[in-house]
Amino acid sequence: MPIVAALFVPLFYKRMKHIHTGWFVLAVPATLAIIYATYIAQVAKGEVFTAELPWIPSLDISVISYLDGLSLLFSLLITGIGSLVVLYSIFYLDKHKEKLHNFYVYLLLFMSAMLGVVQSDHLITLYFFWELTSISSFLLIGYWYTRDASRLGALKSMLITVGGGLMMLGGFVLLYLMGGTFSIRELITMAPNLAEHPLFTWSLLLLLLGAFTKSAQFPFYIWLPDAMEAPTPVSAYLHSATMVKAGIYLVARFTPIFAASELWVWLVTGVGILTLFWGSFFAVKQTDLKGILAFSTVSQLGLIMSLLGASAVAFHSNDSIDTIKYAAFAAIFHLINHATFKGSLFMIAGIVDHETGTRDIRKLGGLMSIMPISFTVAAIGSLSMAGLPPFNGFLSKEMFLTAMLALQNFEFFGFDTWGALFPIIAWIASIFTFIYSFYFVARTFMGNYKPEQLPHQPHEAPIGMLISPILLATCVIVIFFVPNFIGDTFVKPAVQAIQPFLYTTPQDVDIYVSAWHGHITPELLMTVGIIIVGVLLFVTLPKWQGLYRRFPQAFTLNNAYNKIMQGLDVGLNRLSQRFMTESMRHYLLYMFSGITIIVIGSLFLKDAFRIAWQETSPIRPYELILAVVLVIGTAIVILAKSRLTAIIGLGAVGYTVALFFVIFNAPDLALTQLVIETISVALFLMAFYHLPKLGKREERMKFQLNRAIISIAVGIMVTLVALSAHSQKLIPSISKYYEETVYSLAGGGNIVNVILVDYRGFDTLFEITVLGIAGMGILAMIKLRMNRKEKIHENK
Amino acid sequence: MEIIMAFVIGFLFMAAVYLMLSKSLLRIIIGTGLLSHGAHLLILTMGGLGGEAPPVLSEGAKTFADPLPQALILTAIVISFGVTAFFLVLAYRSYQELKTDDISLMRGSDEDE
Repeated sequence: MPIVAALFVPLFYKRMKHIHTGWFVLAVPATLAIIYATYIAQVAKGEVFTAELPWIPSLDISVISYLDGLSLLFSLLITGIGSLVVLYSIFYLDKHKEKLHNFYVYLLLFMSAMLGVVQSDHLITLYFFWELTSISSFLLIGYWYTRDASRLGALKSMLITVGGGLMMLGGFVLLYLMGGTFSIRELITMAPNLAEHPLFTWSLLLLLLGAFTKSAQFPFYIWLPDAMEAPTPVSAYLHSATMVKAGIYLVARFTPIFAASELWVWLVTGVGILTLFWGSFFAVKQTDLKGILAFSTVSQLGLIMSLLGASAVAFHSNDSIDTIKYAAFAAIFHLINHATFKGSLFMIAGIVDHETGTRDIRKLGGLMSIMPISFTVAAIGSLSMAGLPPFNGFLSKEMFLTAMLALQNFEFFGFDTWGALFPIIAWIASIFTFIYSFYFVARTFMGNYKPEQLPHQPHEAPIGMLISPILLATCVIVIFFVPNFIGDTFVKPAVQAIQPFLYTTPQDVDIYVSAWHGHITPELLMTVGIIIVGVLLFVTLPKWQGLYRRFPQAFTLNNAYNKIMQGLDVGLNRLSQRFMTESMRHYLLYMFSGITIIVIGSLFLKDAFRIAWQETSPIRPYELILAVVLVIGTAIVILAKSRLTAIIGLGAVGYTVALFFVIFNAPDLALTQLVIETISVALFLMAFYHLPKLGKREERMKFQLNRAIISIAVGIMVTLVALSAHSQKLIPSISKYYEETVYSLAGGGNIVNVILVDYRGFDTLFEITVLGIAGMGILAMIKLRMNRKEKIHENK
Repeated sequence: MEIIMAFVIGFLFMAAVYLMLSKSLLRIIIGTGLLSHGAHLLILTMGGLGGEAPPVLSEGAKTFADPLPQALILTAIVISFGVTAFFLVLAYRSYQELKTDDISLMRGSDEDE
């Protein structure tokens, strides 16, 4: 639907210059959000909606839209946050300076692609929309295409996400091969059978590669910080709330299929937790507001991913299900929370950038009294991100810690030994999350006001720009106070979609969220620990921040990416320069050696070589003599010192061949061969005679070993093939027919001539054409002379 | 006889390839000439060298040499002649224009602006 709207955007942009195009665009996601909202009640009861549109029926490809709890939640996020982002962008982008029509066309394209991803039930259409999100994201990151950094960031994200998308396509194709259907729902129903299939692990790995690249998991997260060159509404929308969650969606959607695998559980959980730690650790190092938020997004996505991995554990265990059932719920719950607070934080970062002219945290400070509303929103978002009450981040962090603590209770997959690591890493990562959340607010809004370092005179943002972040911040608080309303309406249907093997309807998900459990839980103690250690570390931050500079630049993943790219560039260049020598002899060498290796290799691999001594014609003395003469003539051609000798040797070979034709009962051939050889030798002599004096060097050909080896190999190959082909006559010749009917049907006695002009007259026609073309070509080459100088003259 | 011919043809091919890998344009064309001779003989040999008489009915013989390969070779001879003639004139013209016979010196874009 938004695709159709996207077509009209330029029209509005051109016709109505005085009204900001964004107002027209705003109607699209807002309407969609309302339409999706009408489904909430029914989906919460466990109903699903499907619609099908055949696309390529002969290939079993159709656009199947499928709306269950998970898709509906994502659709609402996409359209809801989409509306807020469009509203924000109306005030963020200047209607005179910016190319608004491009922006909104890309944005609507992205929105439709994203909706397509989350609602597709068909693997191929899912892939189609998946790549469409990559492309539209590429366009949006490179929106200010005159800047180098934008183009580099766009290229990087394109390469990584499209590369991962292709891997995912491979995984999809393997799934189709295993299950025989493209429909995700049908694949889920046959999930137990798939697990034993030999391709199962491969499709799992490929699919995860796609999800990890899109969702910026370790080590593929590197494109996300560079994608911050996009306009801020884009960063807020794509790179915090929607596109980076496509990978999360993919993992959640395919959990019922792959949860049976130990590899899946470990990969998703392990990579998620590693990303969580890595992202939070490096977020503290950033000096750019959006850089902090980018690493924070990476880290939070890791958190959600690890929860999804842990939710797959429930597939294996029935007895201790109570402890791990929080994982899927927490993942979805945090997904919503993250979309709210990260969206608002990005918008605040954009406002700060817009009003002060810089995003560099070292230049900012003391904006609290100048921009009080922005400060409030930023504080709410940051505290929620840090996981403090009374904000929604607290609830999801508690459930996250619960799930991580529960992991060590399982006695399979090595969780009883390694499982203890998860809560520890999660706890350390949460401390870093706490630090960077405070760092973000404190460095921007508190401390000393430094007006001399700011490009603009800062002041509070216009109210229109503030509406969206304020709405999102309100959500952050509201969700904390009514978590169970959100849980019942949105989260439980989604959880049921992720874990259909546990729950048959959303009502079966028996989870009740509360901020205070009535007694002291271990998670609560951990949160207290996070706050204490976090505050301590934050206060002493200037003392140990220097540690980051110790971390060697050479080991960063960006450096590895650059090295790989440069290496590929240089290496391939070198490779092609090595092979593409512009020398015809080298190419001929490659070709001949290639042909020889393939032919001789296949001859022996297929055991096709044999010699049959019978069925050969008798050896007669003159044939033997002629063969010797032919060999000698050929040797003369090779060894000839002067070219004249070589030409005469070639002539001798030609006449010997003619004599062979005589002996082997081919009078017509002998005649033609004699005549043509004569003409050819004359032509050769002419070419020889016209050699310019300048470069004439009469010398014997220099002996070269590689040439000799190749030519001998080709000779042996031809001999072997000739022998084998001769020795295995599979079907008799059809020549008997010609012999029997040449007179009765064609009325001639000379069978060769009748074949040429009667049975196979078409060959002759085109052979005449060849001669004609050759003649005309020769004439043209000699007559039509236009040397370079004349040509240049004419061109002028 | 076919087996001896197979070795002779192999030798012809070897010589042809050896010449085609040389530097002189004329030698390359001589190599193609040898190559086509080898190919023609190969077709003839593969058709079988038996048969008492040439494939002309009036001879009244009982077995004929296979006429089909001969027809094919005749076509091939004419075509390879046309191509060889064309190449030779091409070589002749390139002597005139480029003043060299050495293909290792013939590199594109040297004189192009």
